[in-house]
Amino acid sequence: MISTTVLSTGLILIIIGMWGMLAHRNLLRIIISFSLIGTGTHIVIVAIGYVRGGTAAIIDRALTVSEAPARAVDPIPSALVVTAIVIGLAVTAVMLAYAIKLYQSKKTLSIDAFTESKW
Amino acid sequence: MQRTFIAVALVPFALVFASLAVTYSEQQALRSLAESYVRLVPQELGAPNVITGILLTYRAFDTLGEVAVLFMVAAGVGLILNSSAPESRSLDGQPESQGKASEIVQSATQILFPLISIFAAYIIMNGHISAGGGFQGGAVIASGVLLLLLANRDQHLSRQFLSVTEAAAGVLFVLVGVAGLIFAGGFLDNRVLPLGEFGGFFSAGAIPLLSVLLGIKVGCELSVILDRFRT
Repeated sequence: MISTTVLSTGLILIIIGMWGMLAHRNLLRIIISFSLIGTGTHIVIVAIGYVRGGTAAIIDRALTVSEAPARAVDPIPSALVVTAIVIGLAVTAVMLAYAIKLYQSKKTLSIDAFTESKW
Repeated sequence: MQRTFIAVALVPFALVFASLAVTYSEQQALRSLAESYVRLVPQELGAPNVITGILLTYRAFDTLGEVAVLFMVAAGVGLILNSSAPESRSLDGQPESQGKASEIVQSATQILFPLISIFAAYIIMNGHISAGGGFQGGAVIASGVLLLLLANRDQHLSRQFLSVTEAAAGVLFVLVGVAGLIFAGGFLDNRVLPLGEFGGFFSAGAIPLLSVLLGIKVGCELSVILDRFRT
């Protein structure tokens, strides 16, 4: 149940991000939409790793070694999301750097000003 | 017109996602790969945090590649932004030293920056025992650096120091990996150091060491990226 809710939240975030990317003309808003899509994807991946009644895959007093395989959630999606978050940050940094360059060349952040590469 | 296009583009996606969400059913038990990870990380690697065990031993090569991506981004952002730095300064028409943050921000920074650094060290050093790890701690270090830059816009970050530290951490990371190749089962195997007592501070072989190196490297790289955006 809980993972279905989280999964739906992630999917809705992806849709919102896509809408923002298509509907807005400001470069910064488009970059924020990209980040929203990324965040939504991370939430979806983590939700898929949930196991019914499971807890975080960290062995301590609440989760002994012997019962861990029965009660832990899938650790692989979590490990992959840590990777994905860092890559998302890197991509956002590069996009922002390009936004700065584009602003310097045209003195505007509106995507309507950049028509040279439009087909 | 444009709205129609957007709707045409989004509605199929929404339908696919809706069918995904409706037909999704929770896993009842771990899949075999996940099950063996959960069993083997405490048993073979001696790390209570399964995710750190996966990130820094089983998939450590992946992590190394990812740090390389961060490094390339730091270099790439510098390449994109640097050529235009003098131009932007003259366009502002204002000397750089004009911006000073308010008294509150400056005082808060003096109190918070050491605390943030200690918290980052805690997160990095507890990566193998409880929630935490190199990436997270490195990001916390960078957030402290960001606060420092916000409070004092003249703050000089020594890029040379940052790049030397970062390069040294990277070289040491690879050396630990090569040591695993020679003395243990393979590249970046954590059993080059004694596993120690399960759940102790000095345990899980080379994982705490790799965590520290990763934290230093990520912190330096993110600080360099933040510093590049200042110009």
